[in-house]
Amino acid sequence: MRRLTLPALLLASLAALAGDEALPKTPLPSPGAAGRATEDHPEVPPPPFSEGIFPCSGCHADLPVDRTRRALTAMHDDIVLRHDEEHRWCLDCHDANDRDWLHLASGERVGFEESYRLCGQCHGEKLRDWRAGVHGRRTGNWNGRKRYLLCAHCHNPHAPRFKALAPKPAPIPPTRPGVAR
Amino acid sequence: MKSLPVRNEPSEPCATSCSRRRFASVAAAAAAGWLLTGCGPKRLREMPRDRLRRALDEMEREYSVQQGRPVKVADTPPLPGVLFGYALDLSRCIGCRRCVYACVEENNQSRDPQVHWIRVLQMEKEKGIDFREANPYYQPAEVPEEGHFYVPVACQQCRNAPCVKTCPTGATWTEPDGIVVIDYDWCIGCRCCMAACPYGARHFNWTRPAIPKDELNPATHYLGNRPRPQGVVEKCTFCIQRVRNGRYPACVEVCPAGARKFGNLLDPESEIRYIIDNKRVLVLKEELNTLPKFFYFYGT
Repeated sequence: MRRLTLPALLLASLAALAGDEALPKTPLPSPGAAGRATEDHPEVPPPPFSEGIFPCSGCHADLPVDRTRRALTAMHDDIVLRHDEEHRWCLDCHDANDRDWLHLASGERVGFEESYRLCGQCHGEKLRDWRAGVHGRRTGNWNGRKRYLLCAHCHNPHAPRFKALAPKPAPIPPTRPGVAR
Repeated sequence: MKSLPVRNEPSEPCATSCSRRRFASVAAAAAAGWLLTGCGPKRLREMPRDRLRRALDEMEREYSVQQGRPVKVADTPPLPGVLFGYALDLSRCIGCRRCVYACVEENNQSRDPQVHWIRVLQMEKEKGIDFREANPYYQPAEVPEEGHFYVPVACQQCRNAPCVKTCPTGATWTEPDGIVVIDYDWCIGCRCCMAACPYGARHFNWTRPAIPKDELNPATHYLGNRPRPQGVVEKCTFCIQRVRNGRYPACVEVCPAGARKFGNLLDPESEIRYIIDNKRVLVLKEELNTLPKFFYFYGT
């Protein structure tokens, strides 16, 4: 079996869920009274799947499960794992039996729209701050409905270091008559 | 007037007659004075609400003609029980200046000459926060640069604001929700406030602000982003036109690193209070006792 097993979650790709019906519905709960810091299920947009990649079972349902740790060559070879790659591999996060799911260390399955629970296993303090609205970008209302982003919207889960950006133009230094800049 | 003593009348009626005449003149002068001050120009903050709305309608007409499209000037009042605070995560800011330009577009700052309410200072990690070494003009291909961190500085919305204390005309003051605002119609452009501000947060319109017509944000507030005339001072208002309607400031929403946080300091459940309770927080130039409501913190 050469077919390999990692759905590419890519940064900045906000593709809507193709084949939404295949995803077991975990209803995204509406935010609390005023978007409180203690929200357990913040309102998040759909996960940033690469176009056409989801549901993973589209390919993986027919493929036997190969649990050997190996370099991916046939598929998903664009994924470069830079996320504690010495210790981890695809199936540490992706569920081997149903690729449309992730799984926690306990074995409990979590959907991609709740992937923050998976990330929070190691990055607990970030998850706590994120729930409080302090880690990550927020849009919406400071006293009401807030929109959160999933970890994967800003951090590529396979290489989570925040990407460098080109800065916007520097301000123009002030000039004085007769004084060269 | 001289006739009275000549008349040889008893002194008592004379005094009565004098005081009546004097009373009449003083009353007339007072009435004239009252009329003049009552009907003359007023600071916007002193106007009764209906008169303020009429003045703003007048502004809307003027701006709409100038801009060639409808411009709204809101008079949204402060929300009760709200004191705005801001926090910026120094460990997350990457110095990309997205906030600077989002602010320019939202708040109708002049494009030429350039006015930026936010200035992002690049500092060296080895030296810490040191304004003498800060560089606002960095322009590498990519940020963040190795060994540097970034401190965006805008109005710190001080509770003990030197600019408010120094303004000779009372054209700048602190609103009940904590936002330090400017009445552009009452500002005489003396720039005392700019000299008083230790953060360089106030900016002067040396010429008439130039904004391309299609780039003007038509949703304005009379104490915030309405078009400014030449010769007045302007500064950050926490996006008063947005936050009084419950929205986040433009810089908060645009920050790609999620470094900017905003909320109600009086709400113990707010993001801003979580930061103050749980993070290492600092204010700039604490020794000056300006008591900023703009906090810097380390999120990690």
